[in-house]
Amino acid sequence: MMLSRVAERIYWGARYLERVENIARLVSVYDNLLFDLPKKTNISWYNLILINSNADSFSERYKVQNEHNVVKFLLADNSNPGSLLSSLKQVKENIRTTRDVVPQDTWEQVNELDLYARNNIQQGINRTNRHQFLNTIIQRCQEITGLFEGAMSRDATWQFVVLGRNLERADMTTRILDAGASIVNQPNANQHANIGQVVWGNVLRSVSGYMNYRRGVRTAVQSNKVARFLLEDPHFPRTLRFCIEEMETAISRLPRSENVLLGINAIKKLKYPLSNGQELDETFRNYLNDLQISVSDLHNQFSDNWFAFNPSTSQKQPTRNNVIDIRFAGQA
Amino acid sequence: MKHMKNIWDGYESEAHFDELISVTGDARISAVKLVQHVSEMEEGELDKRRQMAEATIQEMGISFTVYTEEGNIDRAWPFDIIPRTIPSDEWAQAAKGLKQRLRALNMFIDDLYHDQNIIRDGVIPEHVIKESPNYLPECKGVSPAYGVWAHICGTDLVRDGNGQFFVLEDNLRVPSGVSYMLENRAITKRVLPEIFEKENILPLDDYCDQLFDMLVSISPRKVEEPEIVVLTPGIFNSAYFEHAFLAQQMGAELVEGSDLFVEDDCVYMKTITGPEKVDVIYRRIDDAFIDPEVFREDSTLGVPGLINAWKKGNVAIANAPGAGVADDKVVYAYVPQIIKYYLDEEPILSNVKTYLCEIPEQREYVLANLDKLVVKPANESGGYGMLVGPHSTKKEQAKFAQLIKENPRNYIAQPTLNLSTAPTLIGPQNLEPRHLDLRPFILQGKDSYVTTGGLTRVAMKKGSLVVNSSQGGGSKDTWIVDTEAES
Repeated sequence: MMLSRVAERIYWGARYLERVENIARLVSVYDNLLFDLPKKTNISWYNLILINSNADSFSERYKVQNEHNVVKFLLADNSNPGSLLSSLKQVKENIRTTRDVVPQDTWEQVNELDLYARNNIQQGINRTNRHQFLNTIIQRCQEITGLFEGAMSRDATWQFVVLGRNLERADMTTRILDAGASIVNQPNANQHANIGQVVWGNVLRSVSGYMNYRRGVRTAVQSNKVARFLLEDPHFPRTLRFCIEEMETAISRLPRSENVLLGINAIKKLKYPLSNGQELDETFRNYLNDLQISVSDLHNQFSDNWFAFNPSTSQKQPTRNNVIDIRFAGQA
Repeated sequence: MKHMKNIWDGYESEAHFDELISVTGDARISAVKLVQHVSEMEEGELDKRRQMAEATIQEMGISFTVYTEEGNIDRAWPFDIIPRTIPSDEWAQAAKGLKQRLRALNMFIDDLYHDQNIIRDGVIPEHVIKESPNYLPECKGVSPAYGVWAHICGTDLVRDGNGQFFVLEDNLRVPSGVSYMLENRAITKRVLPEIFEKENILPLDDYCDQLFDMLVSISPRKVEEPEIVVLTPGIFNSAYFEHAFLAQQMGAELVEGSDLFVEDDCVYMKTITGPEKVDVIYRRIDDAFIDPEVFREDSTLGVPGLINAWKKGNVAIANAPGAGVADDKVVYAYVPQIIKYYLDEEPILSNVKTYLCEIPEQREYVLANLDKLVVKPANESGGYGMLVGPHSTKKEQAKFAQLIKENPRNYIAQPTLNLSTAPTLIGPQNLEPRHLDLRPFILQGKDSYVTTGGLTRVAMKKGSLVVNSSQGGGSKDTWIVDTEAES
């Protein structure tokens, strides 16, 4: 017996925990990327705002689109519901009321992580110690994920952890790919011979996938091969395919899952012909957008089926706005 | 412990009844081994044990929540390691009195919502009931199982200067503190394990089983495993820790209002497998918030339609809505008559002398003696809105005089009590007397049950009589010691 509310909080707890780690990864990789790119490229920190669909809420708060403001918005801004600190607060609030179904040390570790992030947030905003700060955040998130792995029964609670984590990961992987595609598609990007190499290398690093790619793909870092790796590789745990399959398994172990499995099939059907040499152009970016929409549809299906408790509600029609709303949903 | 040069030297509770040490300076019969044990400890040992207790509290995550503007803070439970002891024969008598009292109160509540014979027979004036905000006309005609409305009662007992127990108040709405009673014992077992081997301390850990059995006994569906839930207002409630604790101990589901819904006058909880029918709700939400369709419409904590489902007999609610009518401090003054009226017995436990401000002669006495009395509003809990006469200023007295004149029905007054004390560890190596009370918990369903002892609350400030945790009080473990058993 599992209350819908408990399931929902566990799911969001796992999602927000993954989001905290992903935000740290994204900022960290941009830090590297911008060092490596030629000064003349028009690529700026503001790209991070765009790929996270945050342009509107950013412009409500800041006039200048510089590094300091972007990093502050992404890491520290309490009024940005998707910032690292806001997400961490959501982890805390969701775990606080579900303490009895997660491993005993979870609450303490989440508290410590929250405390560390709040006390040291200035290190993340200023450049000097940023790397160290972000690394610690990532490490501590992984500690909590590891605690779940090692100490949780594989019951319904666990399945909701898996769903939350992998849905967030799948979403982030499409956004990181989109970030790469958007940079190399910029008008003056071709003027720099090795920009693709730099960008796609960093895309891989941002998901800790660089070495796995080298071992698995065995060719140089090429845009369409990186995309194919991140979308289709069955073994690496942050690829879209891997995340979808993890969710599929988890869903099939939960009660009343038939309808949700249909949603998984819908995502699986979305394929993009990534043959050799093909450009990752606007069509590819539209494809990524479609993927994001179907990922958020999947979330809606979880919600309708297990959390919102109105099984009879028909599926909502997806829109692009929907994607943005869902991304920062979660309960107070 | 005369003539021994040790920690007890100089311990004196002056004019108060001390729970551990008699006026001659000797340990009371239930405390002999405890006092002996403490006096044999090396210097610094008590402080070590105190630190051990603090670490245990942290580790167990025992807290109560204080809600402030900056967010909610979990505060550690203030705990004193020196237990308070009561001889078992003395306790047996008090327990009998508590059961008698709750039995009578339940008959009284049931009568109020049916024929009101007690009013017709002129034992209690009609207006007292009619004007009580806790009397809910919506509950008229409802007949809960066994005629029991108040299933869980937390009664505050105090001792006077002679050591006699008195009932200070009955908490029949959503009494809290029982989890701290249980945790206090768990901590003390770790901190003073040696004495548990030497002394016959009666166990108290069957409370959650008893609570569970009582809740099962009132289930409308007579099934093998009725679905029992604990309904909490949520994380911001100061007693959330207790709600979670009790649910966990009973293996019941901890639910919030939004987890439940009513369909065809039955209550269901929302689970990932679908709707699950609920049989018994142990609610920790006040009446006013329990059903927005019947009481406060702005309540988001409750369950729309719940009252109707309860009236139809499809779900049991503990305590039943409307039970709080007997929690009124004006009604309290009538409890001795209530016991006589329904049970034809003499009350085993006495009330504290109470002046009703609505009765002109008594009001005049109260107004003339505000500096000596404790004035309480009839329907507050948690020690709020009180005037403690001897500790009050002229200005506060004038304010209360005004309040009483404006709304005499809403105020009662009692003499300032000479509350008993017990030795409390103040600083690393110093025992001082501190005032305390005792809140036992009484259950009534098919059967009755009283906890073995209860929650002892201590006013940690010297001379203070206010023991409420919301006002800086702490607590102690309470030992009912079998003084007749062979050790």
